[in-house]
Amino acid sequence: MTDLINLTISEALDKLNKGEISSVDLTRAHIEEMAKGRVLNAYITETPELALEQAKQSDERRRAGRVGLLEGIPVANKDLYCTKGVRTTAASKILSNFVPPYESTVSQKLKDAGSVMLGKLNTDQFAMGGSTLTSYFGATKNPWNLDLVPGGSSGGSAAAVGAGLCMGATGSDTGGSIRQPASFCGVTGIKPTYGRCSRYGIVAFASSLDQAGPMARSVRDCALMLQAMAGYDEKDSTVANVPVPDYTQALSGDIRGKKIGIPKEYRPDGLNPDVAAVWDKGIQFLRDAGAEIVDISLPHTKYALPVYYIVACAEASSNLSRYDGVRYTTRVEGKNLDELYENSRTDGFGDEVVRRILLGTFVLSAGFYDAYYTRAQRVRRLIYNDFVEAFKQVDAILTPAAPTPALSAEALKQMKPVDVYLGDVFTTPASLAGIPGISLPVGLSSNGLPIGLQLLGRHFDESGIFQIADVLEKQANFDKLPRRVKGE
Amino acid sequence: MYTIHGQTTDWELVIGLEVHCEILSNAKVFSGASAVFGGEQNTHVSFIDAGFPGMLPKVNEKCIEQCVKTGMGLNAQINKYSRFDRKNYFYADLPQGYQISQLYHPVVGEGFIEVTTSEGTRKIGVERLHLEQDAGKSIHDMSPTKTFIDLNRAGVGLMEIVSKPDMRSPEEAGEYLRQLRAIVRALGTCDGNMDEGSMRCDVNVSVRPVGDTALRTRAEVKNVNSVRFVMHAIEVEAKRQIEIYENGGQVKQETRLYDSDNGETRPMRGKENANDYRYFPDPDLLPVVLTDEYIENIRKNLPELPEAKKARYIGELGLPAYDAGVLTADMETANYFETAAKGHDAKKVANWVMGDLFAYLNKECLPISKSPITAVNLGALVGLIEDNTISGKIAKDVFQLMIETGKAPNTIVEEKGLKQTTDTGAIEKIVDEVMAANPTQVAEIKAGKDKLKGWLVGQIMKASQGKANPALANQILNKKLNG
Repeated sequence: MTDLINLTISEALDKLNKGEISSVDLTRAHIEEMAKGRVLNAYITETPELALEQAKQSDERRRAGRVGLLEGIPVANKDLYCTKGVRTTAASKILSNFVPPYESTVSQKLKDAGSVMLGKLNTDQFAMGGSTLTSYFGATKNPWNLDLVPGGSSGGSAAAVGAGLCMGATGSDTGGSIRQPASFCGVTGIKPTYGRCSRYGIVAFASSLDQAGPMARSVRDCALMLQAMAGYDEKDSTVANVPVPDYTQALSGDIRGKKIGIPKEYRPDGLNPDVAAVWDKGIQFLRDAGAEIVDISLPHTKYALPVYYIVACAEASSNLSRYDGVRYTTRVEGKNLDELYENSRTDGFGDEVVRRILLGTFVLSAGFYDAYYTRAQRVRRLIYNDFVEAFKQVDAILTPAAPTPALSAEALKQMKPVDVYLGDVFTTPASLAGIPGISLPVGLSSNGLPIGLQLLGRHFDESGIFQIADVLEKQANFDKLPRRVKGE
Repeated sequence: MYTIHGQTTDWELVIGLEVHCEILSNAKVFSGASAVFGGEQNTHVSFIDAGFPGMLPKVNEKCIEQCVKTGMGLNAQINKYSRFDRKNYFYADLPQGYQISQLYHPVVGEGFIEVTTSEGTRKIGVERLHLEQDAGKSIHDMSPTKTFIDLNRAGVGLMEIVSKPDMRSPEEAGEYLRQLRAIVRALGTCDGNMDEGSMRCDVNVSVRPVGDTALRTRAEVKNVNSVRFVMHAIEVEAKRQIEIYENGGQVKQETRLYDSDNGETRPMRGKENANDYRYFPDPDLLPVVLTDEYIENIRKNLPELPEAKKARYIGELGLPAYDAGVLTADMETANYFETAAKGHDAKKVANWVMGDLFAYLNKECLPISKSPITAVNLGALVGLIEDNTISGKIAKDVFQLMIETGKAPNTIVEEKGLKQTTDTGAIEKIVDEVMAANPTQVAEIKAGKDKLKGWLVGQIMKASQGKANPALANQILNKKLNG
């Protein structure tokens, strides 16, 4: 069965189409692997029975000639996606008993494309973190080395995809939550343009930044999944009503003449030498493939991190007000309403969530609003303009996805929160600008850990970055799998 | 000028109103749930209204249209760009933990309402109209230890209409509110029912010695739910403030509640810790951008407003200003009147509507829409008087029968044989009989006691069972008396 869990989605679809395997075979193999992989703690909730039932139905549909884009492919959802009848926790205590009576638009679209859901994946609590250490359900471990974090917040998704516990997974990216864990776990993930996927039914962290995206083991698989996930939704005002192109059509293998920008601000003094080396390698790969490398500047990059933490925390402080102990959340009673709020929220939220609610409440407070929030919004516009200017010169921008390879959980626990936030330095600018970014593994560190690079593109030009990423993937020929997946 | 005479000086009032109007719309403002009043508790609630995880608001365009219409009724600036902001605070009947409102960019800007009082007509400024969502209801009296929550109203669209501090007397504030209610009713943007809470009023009151121009500290009196209460609340709150100043004290800026039972205002409990609402733009919603075409299209299809209607009743129909004001106070009355008056004497119809019909409807507590007499039938009744088919006196009886039976006046007149007699011979015969039966009186009249003539005519009418045309009867009697 090991071979079934090592297939890419495209390879599996090929075998399913030829009748060599069934969805039930594929699903069962993954369910067995999930059981073996529990040490990773990638799943919060496994739904094997539901998955087998869906796989059976998929096989029946296939026999009847009704074949969706992802027909029979077992995938899993980050536990931020509301799934009808299946507990959705946002990795928090306060939602630990919440079973949504509705399905998120994106997970529904994946179902409609014929995919099978294996379960709900771990994440940082309310997607707040870059390590999956803040989950109420325990940390997820990196399949490359159990002492290391898988990144976050979509760490459960990255670990599960990397370890063969699902073929593809949904993630969500607010400030790098897809791209950074993809890099840490040696998988591929794309944060599409803000407005490309519906946010309806996804537990909100920061509404103006949150974006759904796929994580998988190849660029092509991400293109396939995004094809199924993207598109207009009348339930979310912020989704763009623009057509979704056929992404796999863009994978021409030819990028000759494409202009790739290399921003100097992403190469600070003291950049991790392994990261710098992989970046240089990536630049060379693209040059070898016929692309033109252009040095560019994104002058406001250094402000992105503080702007991000002001905007994201401000929105989060308001978005999380609804978890108040009154309706569907856990509740800790009190003598009066204020006490009920205080007790329920103190008990229901983890430290990192509390920290961000406090930060956000502070920056929106009377007397501080203009100094923080208003100013942050102005700088956000400058960061956006940086990219707009850059894309007049280049077709895509290549940068590292994270400043380091995966860190150890112990080391992270010793760090000050502000130092931990520095890990988002390469991913937050694109989030603030709303542009798409894909992260794919390009090389290994000196001690054998995956390092991903990030390709950023113009608004709604996912096709353009898929095209380049596909070539980079082939050039890099990254076939290093975590030892546990290789069965060593 | 309205002033309150204090012990030290005369005081002037400065009044501003914040009126919340529930928007007439089938659906709530950010969810598809029903916005209809009533219904069993928690039956008009969507997951969006209940603040479930991952749920997103979506603007109901009908509500925007209603705001734009109302803005036009207020002679106000329609803002082509408006935006939603979140007002953050915790309360059990506010499921999202914030109210979606419009602080920074309201959909409607400055305007005015013309208000006529005993002191004349003045323009009262409107500061703004913004769109926001209503909260649910906390019910504290169903259990001694628990609070129950009904979310049927949560998410219903509200227009908050904020006046400038332009009003100077309780009467002016009352008229402003009446006029505003007439406008929203005419436009069909709010039903204006204050007793059902679909129109709610907060009153800002401050006082200053006559002649002063600086504004003093104001108090906000919350949730005053009738025009009469608004006027009374202003008066008692102003008197309270004057008493404080005259005793050397200072008025605190605070929120107070009006207690209509005791005729006083008192501070609201539990509001000591000032809320910081942390307003910021709602990132779930896009700005509302209106095109000139959209705005003009609404303007073109705007129904006639009460002020214009009133002017037309006075100018074209020749009604006195008072009648025109009463008949245009709400759309249903105006529509009823206009239907009834079609082809008939407008003043006569107005008299019937404002007299007999209103008297009956008020006695029975019926709205004009439930009137047992249709507008067409009331018009027909006036028509029967106009063409001398019945007398005004008989008409009163027919009116009563119309109420009882709902039948058309012609039918009743036919069935009961109430048709007025214009047959000169028949009337002459009755006149002769009555004169013969009352020789003493006839002699006295002839001797110059003119007052008795009315009595004699009454006898003639009585003898004819009211059917004799009174003018004819008079004419014939005169001829006989003189002859």
